[in-house]
Amino acid sequence: MNIQNSRSEWGALSIAMHWVVAIVVFGLFGVGLYMVELDYYDSMYKTAPFVHKSIGVLLFLVVIFRLFWRFISPPPNGLETHQAWEKKLAYWVHIALYVLLLVLMISGYLISTADGRAVSVFGWFDVPSVISGIDNQEDIAGEIHEILAYVLISMVAIHAVGALKHHFLDKDHTILRMLGMSKSNDK
Amino acid sequence: MKLKKWVTGVVSAALLSAGAANAADYVIDTKGAHAFIQFKISHLGYSWLYGRFNTFEGGFSFDEANPSASKISVSIDTTSVDSNHAERDKHLRSKDFLEVGKFPKATFVSTRIEDKGDGKAAVHGDFTLRGVTKSIVIDAIHIGQGDDPWGGYRSGFSGKTSFKLKDFGIPKNLGPASEEIEIFLSVEGIKK
Repeated sequence: MNIQNSRSEWGALSIAMHWVVAIVVFGLFGVGLYMVELDYYDSMYKTAPFVHKSIGVLLFLVVIFRLFWRFISPPPNGLETHQAWEKKLAYWVHIALYVLLLVLMISGYLISTADGRAVSVFGWFDVPSVISGIDNQEDIAGEIHEILAYVLISMVAIHAVGALKHHFLDKDHTILRMLGMSKSNDK
Repeated sequence: MKLKKWVTGVVSAALLSAGAANAADYVIDTKGAHAFIQFKISHLGYSWLYGRFNTFEGGFSFDEANPSASKISVSIDTTSVDSNHAERDKHLRSKDFLEVGKFPKATFVSTRIEDKGDGKAAVHGDFTLRGVTKSIVIDAIHIGQGDDPWGGYRSGFSGKTSFKLKDFGIPKNLGPASEEIEIFLSVEGIKK
């Protein structure tokens, strides 16, 4: 498998980033739901948000690089067996996923930096506050962060249902291609 | 007859102006921020955490000669809670604490003032927080009053009260050392 994407296949880097982002998004969603319910005396009360924020910042960097990579090494063409409406729908779902991810991560950052404090990434480095002091910034950003998290997960579900439909109903290699297991010559 | 009427007129005018001069109405100077509502709660039993409400309004009437006739009312914008930490403030505004979406105002209206002499008083009143109204007592001290340098007249007080978070239905349990909160008021009124 090549690092770069070809006209018909995903390259290793795109595949790796796709699955890393997928797993991390689910992980952050889970940690997010868990940490807001913690008791004040729970040993994870400080650790869970710290990890959530640290990984969130790292994910942001990965997503930015992913978009950059998409530009450097464009995705393979859609399968010929895909219907026009499927391609169109998939296109918009992909755009929605990227936009949601970015706004979601930025809104999270705006909660923690609303008072000018920086966000520490595992204590390795700090991301300084850029926008702070907007009236009720942490509350507005918090609302957006929570709502968009649910919207993103719903969008991921649509994305996954689409992929599974291709695999099990259309029996094409849409998913296999994203797993690096496709032999495009077969089709 | 005429004279009697004239005397009555003068006497009642004098009484009226005397009454007005003694029990004056004041508006709390939140505009110039010479008023503060701060709170203090223990953190784990190891230190004091201070916070404040940045937005509130109110007024009082005060008669130095008859402090028991005084009245005060204050309305606090609970969304303005500020503990100098955005994440904590967000939490304080949530359901765990103030639930400001549902209860954006907290109010205090005095019902009875007990003069303790020496400028001290126990201000009894109804405090409404998080939709719960309970009677509380604020220990108040008259700090001073007089002309200000800009043509106005000011009178100022400090007050202190405390209550359990539980008493007003605040559900979050912060531990045994942090059940009670102290509230400090420092208000300066400008005579209307």
